[in-house]
Amino acid sequence: MKSLSGALRKLALSATALIGLALSPAFAEDINALVWCDHSDPNFLKPFEDATGIKVNVKEFEGTGAGLAILDQSQPGEWDVMVIDSVDVRRGVDKKLFEPLPEDKLPFGDLYKEVTLDAFTKIDGKRYGITEKFGYNTIGFNNTKVDPADMQSLQSLVGDKYKGRIAIYDYYLPVIGMAALAAGKKTAELTEADLPAIKEVLLKMKANAKLVGEVTASQTALATGEVDILVGGGEWVTAGLAKENPALDFSIPKEGGILWSQSLAMLSASQKKDAALKFIQYVLSPEGQARLATSSCYWGMPANQKAALTDEQKKVLRYDDQPDFLARAQLYPAPDEKLDKQMQDVWTEMLQAQ
Amino acid sequence: MWTLAFFAAPFIAMAVVSLTSHDGGGGLTFANYQQFFANPSYTQALVNSLEVTLIVTVVSILLAYPFAWILAEQIPERWQRLALILAVLPFWTSYVVRSYSWLLVLAEKGVVNNTLVQLGLIAEPIQLANTRFTTVTGFVHFFVMLLTLTIFANLKQLSPSYRKAAADLGAGPVRTFLHVVLPLTFPGIMVGAFLTFVLAIGDYITPQILGGNNELLMPQLIMLQIGRRGDFPLASALSILLMAVVTVAYLASARWLKIERA
Repeated sequence: MKSLSGALRKLALSATALIGLALSPAFAEDINALVWCDHSDPNFLKPFEDATGIKVNVKEFEGTGAGLAILDQSQPGEWDVMVIDSVDVRRGVDKKLFEPLPEDKLPFGDLYKEVTLDAFTKIDGKRYGITEKFGYNTIGFNNTKVDPADMQSLQSLVGDKYKGRIAIYDYYLPVIGMAALAAGKKTAELTEADLPAIKEVLLKMKANAKLVGEVTASQTALATGEVDILVGGGEWVTAGLAKENPALDFSIPKEGGILWSQSLAMLSASQKKDAALKFIQYVLSPEGQARLATSSCYWGMPANQKAALTDEQKKVLRYDDQPDFLARAQLYPAPDEKLDKQMQDVWTEMLQAQ
Repeated sequence: MWTLAFFAAPFIAMAVVSLTSHDGGGGLTFANYQQFFANPSYTQALVNSLEVTLIVTVVSILLAYPFAWILAEQIPERWQRLALILAVLPFWTSYVVRSYSWLLVLAEKGVVNNTLVQLGLIAEPIQLANTRFTTVTGFVHFFVMLLTLTIFANLKQLSPSYRKAAADLGAGPVRTFLHVVLPLTFPGIMVGAFLTFVLAIGDYITPQILGGNNELLMPQLIMLQIGRRGDFPLASALSILLMAVVTVAYLASARWLKIERA
């Protein structure tokens, strides 16, 4: 009896495994992508996988340093595609990690010119990164709890009126950029000499802040009413929550906002460059752009102006305001190694300030 | 071999990396260590870590000891297993989920603030979340259970004849506890305290979620070096310093335990 039941169990397990294999989609090929969380949304990946038979294996990371470290620790050819801050594309090129992209096979003509950031993504005449999504680090707020007129100036963040009702997004570059704007400086021209004035603004912001939180913490704080203002917030925080909480809003204050831009790059060691290119083409296509822009992790503006967004999605993303926003937005700070370190130390000092 | 492969070799690699520079130039240097001691924000992170960890360790011992004593002495033997299971239940939940739960409980509109307002004890919600208090609370919630287990095990091993002998010699319950039970359970306290210290001082998740980044602890400072800049040499140097602190804590604990055994 025992051997019979054992045989039956084995048979049942084998049958289950076969059914599992039969039900799982067969992929002709797969690629490995180092991505940010917005690329992990099945609604974004599945249409590509179904249409091409190419499975996209994703690994999420945060921060260029962490992403480059993963590449350093991997075998050459292990990764095919990578998402990276547009201003950091050069860091990958310097390490000879990226492959030039064929501009003629990608819809460059349809992209917002202001977000391609050629100064950072095109090196020695070759394009190594293509902008896929962008947005603003600016002021996110609950328009039923604060005076929206106050949100038109960065000075509201350093005054007493909203003390204890502010959260600061925990990423030093964009928030330092905002502090620079508040201090009347241009982000593209920042030098070591600007840091004392920036630090002064940061310390005032910190004195008003209840917390300094990464994406989830700051988003949760604003959504739950723990705070009413998020320094560094923008459509990436408010748009995805618009249905549940239409009071969440963002402004580009008179001093401007910080333009963030994320790019896709192809790894030079990839053994599957054709499949990788197909994926990049999908991401930049109108359909891929709409899905990426409205990813469940966070929303953002599609770089392609022909993105197939619905009217409602365009409204939430302030699609029609983009020309004005882009005209007023300033560049994401892109410091050299020395200034980057100094900026991070200023940020550390701000975090430690009581 | 295990220790060599998974501790000694990585440790040596990290120590070597800590002596290199982020820009890759030059030979071996102590610049990363000098940088730590020259920057008050960095040294403050170590001070914060030590303060938080010591508070957590002391509070956890003070709460765990009576808890363990009740479990060992007051709960009937047949219920002790169930009581222990209930005591370690928090270990079964996700670390991250547990931390976020504390954040919600202590939030401005959370259970604690709502209760205090409804009882009239405070007029308006006070800031409990995103503070050092929250970090300590999250840690203590976890480590009280750990310490309870080590102290409970120690109390159960204690022969009743010690207490009988003390009573025969005229010692009352308080004196017996202070001069017999407490010293004999000191090894259990020290083992639990050391584990608490080591696990708390190296923890990144709890202060990151619960502290609201209103102050930096060493693990957060280490992660800050890696996130964007990928400054592994400095992160390694900070990690080595953290390990040095843990080593000192170990030596201090070992010394105490040795004295007790003697």
